[in-house]
Amino acid sequence: MNLQLIELYVFVLAGFVGFFVITRVPALLHTPLMSATNAISAISLVGSLVLAGADRGRVATVLGFVAVTCATINVVGGFIITDRMLKMFRRGDRKPERAR
Amino acid sequence: MNPAELAEHATGPREVFIEAAYLVSSILFILGLKSLTVPDKARRGMQLAALGMLVAIVGTLVNHQIVTYGWIIAGLALGSAIGWPLGVFVPMTAMPQRIAISHMFGAVAATLVGVAEFWHLGNGAAVGRAQMAALGFEVLFGALTITGSLMAFGKLQALLPSRPVTFRGQNVVSILMFGAGLGLFAWLLVDPANPAAFYAMVGLGLLFGVSLVLPIGGADMPVVISLLNSYAGLASSATGFAIGNNVLIIAGALDGASGFILSLVMSRAMNRSFANVLFGAFGTPPPPSERTASGLTVRSITPEDAAIQLAFARLVIVVPGYGMAVAQAQHQVKELAQLVEKNGGTVLYAIHPVAGRMPGHMNVLLAEADIPYDRLKEMEEINGEFKNADVALVIGANDVVNPAARTDKASPIYGMPILDVDQARQVIVLKRSMNPGFAGIENELFYAENTAMLFGDAKASLSRLVQEIKQA
Repeated sequence: MNLQLIELYVFVLAGFVGFFVITRVPALLHTPLMSATNAISAISLVGSLVLAGADRGRVATVLGFVAVTCATINVVGGFIITDRMLKMFRRGDRKPERAR
Repeated sequence: MNPAELAEHATGPREVFIEAAYLVSSILFILGLKSLTVPDKARRGMQLAALGMLVAIVGTLVNHQIVTYGWIIAGLALGSAIGWPLGVFVPMTAMPQRIAISHMFGAVAATLVGVAEFWHLGNGAAVGRAQMAALGFEVLFGALTITGSLMAFGKLQALLPSRPVTFRGQNVVSILMFGAGLGLFAWLLVDPANPAAFYAMVGLGLLFGVSLVLPIGGADMPVVISLLNSYAGLASSATGFAIGNNVLIIAGALDGASGFILSLVMSRAMNRSFANVLFGAFGTPPPPSERTASGLTVRSITPEDAAIQLAFARLVIVVPGYGMAVAQAQHQVKELAQLVEKNGGTVLYAIHPVAGRMPGHMNVLLAEADIPYDRLKEMEEINGEFKNADVALVIGANDVVNPAARTDKASPIYGMPILDVDQARQVIVLKRSMNPGFAGIENELFYAENTAMLFGDAKASLSRLVQEIKQA
C-alpha cells in the first residue's frame, strides 16, 4: 500500500483513540490535559533533531537548532508543569503528597 | 517513492530499533492521556508519557541521517534552560498565558521543520504532491498558531487590551487573507516548485493568526486557547506526514483531538458556535436589551453581616470566577471554607466550564489552595444543590451566573447554561464595583431580593470575612 495512505490510516485511528480517551477526561483536569497534550505534541522535537543534525546546509541547521530549542522548551517545561499541577489534586480523605 | 526515500525507509536493525522506540512512546502517550480520566492515577500516567518522550528522543538520536550533534546538544541545552524555569516557577495564576505561549513554541518548531524541509528539497522542486499537501497544512496551521498564540498570550498577560480589538471590515479582511492562503496552497499542490507562493503562504498564515485572535475578547479565551491547542497538534501531525514519521502523526492527532474536544465543550458551555466565537466575538456591540437596571436597587452587605450568615450556614456553595483568579484569592477562599467547616457546615464549589480564561482554570487554582478535588463540582452535578444551599458565595463571577441567559432573548449570552445560584437562600456576591463586565451585560442577579453585594477586592473582602467569623 502507498506509504502516505498508511500514514492517513494511522492519523485517523490515532484521532479516534484520542477522541474516545479524552472525552472521558473530567472537566476537573482540563487544564492539566491541555498542558499534557501540549507537552506530548512537542514530539515534533523528533523532526527538529534530525533537521539540526543532518548537515543539510547552514540554513537548515540553524532552523533546526531553533526548532530543537522551542520543542525542548515544551517537552521540559510542559511535563514539569503538568506534574506540578497533578501533584496538587488530592481527595479530601488524603494528605497531599508533599507540602507546598 | 524516489530511491532516496526508499533508502530512508530501509529496514536495517537500526531502523527497526527506531520504529520500536516510536511504537513504545506512542503507547506510553496514549496510556498517559488515559490516566487523566482518573485523577488519582493521572500523575503516574503522565510520568509514563514523559518516559515515552525520552524513549522517542533516544530512538531519534541513533537515526543514520544525523551526522553532527553539536547543534542538537546546543538546542537541547538552551531549550531545557528556558523550559525548566517555565515549568518550575510560573505561578498557577499565570497558567492561561503559560499555556498560550507554549502553543507558540510548539508551532514554531513544527513550522520551521516544514520550511526547512521545503527549502532542503530544492525550494519545492523535489517535493511531491502528497508531501506538499502535508507541508502546506503544517506551515499554515503552524504559522497561524504562532501569531495567534502570541496574541492570546499578550491579551492574557495584559500586554494587549483584553477587550476585542476591531476595525471596520475586519471579518472581510480576515476571510480574504484566509482565502488567499488557501488559494496559494492549491496553487502549490499543482506546482510545488514555487518558493514565492510557499513563503507568501507562510506570511499569510502569520497575518491570519493575528487577525483571528485580536478581535476576540477575554471571556472567550477558553475557546481560543483550546482551538490553538488543536491547531498546534495538527501542525505536529502534518509534520509527521511531511517527514514520514508515525509517532509525530499519532501524538499530533492526540493533541488535535484533545484541543478540538475542549473547544467543543467550551463553545457548548457558552451556547455558541465556533464561527460565532471566532467571527462574531462581541465585535459589533449587541443590540441593547430592553431590560435595564433602572428602577432596581442593589442591596449591599457589611462584612460583619455576611460573616454571620456564613458562620451559621449548613451548606455554602462557592462560585469562583475570573475575578478570584485576578485577585489571587484562592487561599483566602480555603481559609474561609475551613472556618465554615469548623462550625459544622459543608462547603462545595460550583465550577462552570468557562469560568476563568481557560478550560479547568478554576480547578487548578482551588487545587493549588489545597482544596480537595471531590469538593469541586461540575455544573450539572451542582445545579440541583443550590436550592439546599444557605449561602451561595459568588467570587468574581458574572456571566456564568447571569439569569438573563435563561430569560432575556436579547441578551448576548441568552441560552448559555448557567449556575442556578439564584435558587440559594442567600446569595452573596463579591465584586469590585457595580461596573458591568467588558461585554456590558447587566446582571439581574445583583438586583435580586435574595442577593447581597459585598463590594471590594475579592482577596481583601475574603480576609475581612475570615477575621469576622473568627471573632463571631
